[in-house]
Amino acid sequence: MQILVFLYCAQFDATLKLFFWELHMSNGRLRGFTYLFVLLMLIWLALTLSLDSQELAVGFFISILLALFLTKEYADLGFPPFTPARILYFIFYAFVLLWEIIKANFDVAYRVVHPKMPIKPGVVVIKTGLKSDIAKMLLANSITLTPGTFTLDIIGDRLLIHWINVKTDDIDQATRIIGEKFEKYLKVIFK
Amino acid sequence: MYIVGEIVTGIGAIFLFLGSLGILRLPDVYNRLQAGTKCTTLGAFLTTLGVGIMEPAWFWKTLLIALFIMATNPISSHALGRASCKSNVPLWDKSVVDKTKDFEECRKVEEA
Repeated sequence: MQILVFLYCAQFDATLKLFFWELHMSNGRLRGFTYLFVLLMLIWLALTLSLDSQELAVGFFISILLALFLTKEYADLGFPPFTPARILYFIFYAFVLLWEIIKANFDVAYRVVHPKMPIKPGVVVIKTGLKSDIAKMLLANSITLTPGTFTLDIIGDRLLIHWINVKTDDIDQATRIIGEKFEKYLKVIFK
Repeated sequence: MYIVGEIVTGIGAIFLFLGSLGILRLPDVYNRLQAGTKCTTLGAFLTTLGVGIMEPAWFWKTLLIALFIMATNPISSHALGRASCKSNVPLWDKSVVDKTKDFEECRKVEEA
């Protein structure tokens, strides 16, 4: 009996070691795990709003468990490592985006309530210089949230955009009007 | 603080109303999606945040909800737009440009 328990413990120990070894060796896995753990813990704190030791313990274990499960998915997303400069730039980018969203809302609201409906819809193509998939996703989502533009499709470095008030059908000028204001921040964040 | 929360919630409700008005008034699927996403984002954001300001104990929870809406809303509207684009839903007849054909050529070049 004792031997069985010992064997079982040894095997469990070995699997655990192997697991953490893999976590260490595979590039960026541990980093992703840490980010996920911190993020989940922050969400837990925001949801419970208490520093009670029992609540914290439950949150701690659930965060560790979820982070272990989601580490591989996080690594597949391909986020770059978080440096302070990147985080600062990202917060600044969030404010730029918020300002654009507010402008978007007033612009579209004006077009909707105006009796003549001054819309000039059309579908245009723009280019992007961003390389990674996650950066392109952020750009497409930001474009979806700006004044009267929204992303229909992406192939390679081309984005198909529906524009509620078309100002130009030239690909370079459209890129300058629609994409530039976000791309210059995303380029710094994801370089 | 309570009054501030009520005002913020009220502005959010106005934006939600404008969004639904846009869905009624605008001519085709794509333009309706524009109104549906834009006004709803800020509308839902301000409404939930206003409730958070009214009840300070809920503030962080409502902020989480608002951030979740911000992150997921463009994705759902993009999915709807892409689906209608793929199934050849026609543009409004007064649309100015349509570069969908150029884009399809890009796709062929990319695949080749």
